[in-house]
Amino acid sequence: MTATNGHRPAEQAGAGTAGAAQDTRKVNRVVIRFAGDSGDGMQLTGDRFTSEAAAFGNDLATLPNYPAEIRAPAGTLPGVSSFQLHFADYDILTPGDRPDVLVAMNPAALKANIADLPRGGTLVINTDEFTKRNLKKVGYETSPLETYELEPYVVHEVAMAELTKGALAETGLSRKEAERAKNMFALGLLSWMYSRPTEGTEQFLREKFAKKPQLAEANVLAFRAGWNYGETTESFAVSYEVAPATLPQGTYRQITGNQALAYGLVAAGQRSELPVFLGSYPITPASDVLHEMAKHKNFGVTTFQAEDEIAGIGAALGASFGGSLGVTTTSGPGLALKSETIGLAVALELPLLICDIQRGGPSTGMPTKTEQADLLQALYGRNGESPVPVLAPRSPADCFEVALEAARIALTYRTPVVLLSDGATANGSEPWLIPEVDQLPDLRVSFATEPNAPDGSGEFWPYLRDPETLARDWAIPGTPGTEHRVGGLEKADGKGNISYDPDNHDTMVRLRQSKVDGVSVPDLAVDDPSGQARVLVLGWGSPYGPIGAACRRLRSNGHAIAQAHLRYLNPMPANLGEILHAYDRVVVPEMNLGQLAMLLRSRYLVDAQSYTKVAGLPFQAEELENVLTDIVQGVEA
Amino acid sequence: MTTDLGLPALGGLDNVPTTDEQQKAKDYKSDQEVRWCPGCGDYVVLNTIQAFLPELGLKRENLVFVSGIGCSSRFPYYMNTYGMHSIHGRAPTIATGLATTRPDLSVWVVTGDGDALSIGGNHLIHALRRNVNLKILLFNNRIYGLTKGQYSPTSDQGMVTKSTPVGSLDTPFNPVSLALGAEASFVGRALDSDRKGLTEVLTAAAQHRGSAVVEIYQNCPIFNDGAFDVLKDSDDKQRRLIPLTHGQPITFGPDDERYGVVRDGQGQLQVAKLDEVGEDDIVVHDAEAVDTAQAFALSRLGGQDLNPTVTGIFRAAPRPTYDDQARAQTRQAAEANPPDLQGLLTGNDTWTI
Ligand code: SF4
Repeated sequence: MTATNGHRPAEQAGAGTAGAAQDTRKVNRVVIRFAGDSGDGMQLTGDRFTSEAAAFGNDLATLPNYPAEIRAPAGTLPGVSSFQLHFADYDILTPGDRPDVLVAMNPAALKANIADLPRGGTLVINTDEFTKRNLKKVGYETSPLETYELEPYVVHEVAMAELTKGALAETGLSRKEAERAKNMFALGLLSWMYSRPTEGTEQFLREKFAKKPQLAEANVLAFRAGWNYGETTESFAVSYEVAPATLPQGTYRQITGNQALAYGLVAAGQRSELPVFLGSYPITPASDVLHEMAKHKNFGVTTFQAEDEIAGIGAALGASFGGSLGVTTTSGPGLALKSETIGLAVALELPLLICDIQRGGPSTGMPTKTEQADLLQALYGRNGESPVPVLAPRSPADCFEVALEAARIALTYRTPVVLLSDGATANGSEPWLIPEVDQLPDLRVSFATEPNAPDGSGEFWPYLRDPETLARDWAIPGTPGTEHRVGGLEKADGKGNISYDPDNHDTMVRLRQSKVDGVSVPDLAVDDPSGQARVLVLGWGSPYGPIGAACRRLRSNGHAIAQAHLRYLNPMPANLGEILHAYDRVVVPEMNLGQLAMLLRSRYLVDAQSYTKVAGLPFQAEELENVLTDIVQGVEA
Repeated sequence: MTTDLGLPALGGLDNVPTTDEQQKAKDYKSDQEVRWCPGCGDYVVLNTIQAFLPELGLKRENLVFVSGIGCSSRFPYYMNTYGMHSIHGRAPTIATGLATTRPDLSVWVVTGDGDALSIGGNHLIHALRRNVNLKILLFNNRIYGLTKGQYSPTSDQGMVTKSTPVGSLDTPFNPVSLALGAEASFVGRALDSDRKGLTEVLTAAAQHRGSAVVEIYQNCPIFNDGAFDVLKDSDDKQRRLIPLTHGQPITFGPDDERYGVVRDGQGQLQVAKLDEVGEDDIVVHDAEAVDTAQAFALSRLGGQDLNPTVTGIFRAAPRPTYDDQARAQTRQAAEANPPDLQGLLTGNDTWTI
């Protein structure tokens, strides 16, 4: 049995076909999951395999999954770290529901992941870790290698640690040090199984360990030993080939969501010709944006690691007041702390970007797991009427464009804007069609440089608005003649002095709301290839991939279904109401308890049907396929 | 590994554009009616600042006052400069972002004992530790005024207020000690009513490059009237007030009753009658000392009872500022590696279809 002909929830039916070659079979797509102890280097192993697949021209999507504890006890279930990677010869949308191949580096990794491996799946096991002690740690009475437990799978038992130590005997490394390279042995073996190019990894290892040539050599040796093991061992009679994907023409790179977000922020600074100031406090899973931005000071980026979340956004707002593009990055708990300053930015009407990389909540919740339950917090989590535009990227690469869009809105309308990414988007990766810089939007702004009072008094009125956008004039300190004071107390319309006038407050509350309501947002596009769909599935954020994959499956099963995906959560596209009312049924899958569905029901009086999951993991295409099939069949009946 | 940023020694106002135009105090008055209670110490401080700013000769548009929340935080509305009345306790954070990105501005924070030491305590200590080029005016009236009279982090222990009908339990902060402990490179203290002393400290603070904190004893006639009267009542004040002058022996008192600050056998600072100790035993004030031990001891010489009270500049010891270094890092990065957005987006691991 092979990885291609077992039960496999393919994104496209019949994706795998046996090739003619004796030893190499062609397959269309493969999902591999590397699982081991958090100390085993599984994230690095997965990352490298991803780079190999990317270099080969496959389309791909990844899902890292690691424990919140930095050093959970070795060999225990909480210490298991995994990296799932889906690569294919066509454009794919998700990291895959279930692996075709599971690499288990120890008993804990096997125990934690085996339930996800479909019958007939391939299992590669590092047997050296299956000691009595390790088995006991995770509650195996007898070794699963000795029972019938693994019978449904194609099992490859490999003494990876011993083989690695053997291969490294001559390097002069201690046995313990040598054993640490066993993840590269696993990578070598899998690289052979899937006919991956190897030069990239060898070069990578030499660069990574440039300062420790002995370690570099050891890792390369282990990697080659894994490869050779596949080639020479009879237990691996077959290897597979996944041809390059036919994606739109252009030059691609691999990119994670947080990296794409950081690049988008850098690009926003360049295209607006404003310095970028990022004020941030370390928090999972947002810290990587801070790390990435800190590498790009040469683009006029200042990164400020603040004493807390509040100081991060405060400093960003101060920078915006001074004419920079102020940005803060955080996750849910941090967004809660920033809410008072977001309210101030609403009152000051200054541009500010708040990027919330959502994670499992409430409270500290599940820092390393994904969720999209901050939507209502982003929209409404402040005192008073405090409207802000909210946008959400749908995939890792989409973070780039959404960051630029968020900057456009913030700068054009002088408003704080919340960007809602999530853990899956942030840490996942996919190929990205690299954009041409001169095709990126022009985000330049003009500051007010002289008194603007309509009464000819020669004063500067900070709350005088552009009649079109309702944006107020932005005059920055250092400009003579436009000195002014702003603050969180209610301002008189136009003049901007403190005002407790009842009518003025009513006017200002409505003006701020109208400004955000009037943000220009493109119409929502609906994907309904047959034009016959009676059911619309509407999503936002990272479920885009599994929703899209589920829709493909429904269509290939002969069902009509329409898909639309919201990038703009506030304001929503002008044609949304019309779209919602054009279908018999609207289904809204969300990784929360139905927050968008509630908004749609209240705003559009539509009987939107919620499908929710808050497990800390993305939806699986298969589960959505089942849910949507039931609904579509119900409507068709 | 840190990179040597090779920064020149600068004054606090270098890079801020100056003007030859004669300025007057009234140039700094905004058109807003000042709305503190009659007799509030804030008026005197506002007038002193509006009178001293013209002497700096800066372009008015390059001054920014950022405040938090509280009575004193209304201050920016009364200044004809740029200003922001922000949120409770957070002014140092906003000023940090502004000062870091705009070296051409003179940035001032106006705060109070509740704003700076209670809700904003974290931001205060970190702004001081970082040494951002901003000037923090801490109006200390030892009470919450705006919320109508609750005890503050500098109120006397046992103080009876609306929220502490049988007396407060908290030990008060000594703001100067706190600032010194937070690595402040400039710490001063002055009385609201002492225009000359306040002007001196403010001028030195403005010219200091780095975070400067100036504690201003400010009377709140409504909720804590007379808190500092012992320092203003002329009979006693000379026996209580110890003005500091850098490089000078620390002496004080009426002409016929001079005192000095000396070290006792344990090395502790003490007040002694001048005619009972020799001139040579008097401690000489060194505001520029890197070691803060003596400045700290001076800040502890008097207690909450203001007997005695040390005023003037406790510390003015410049060290590299956060904002100068942050800008130097950005500048050097751009020089070493000119920005190439297309190059960044493309990276060095691509494939073409
Ligand atoms: S309450 Fe006190 S501090 Fe506040 S304005 Fe009135 S007198 Fe001044």
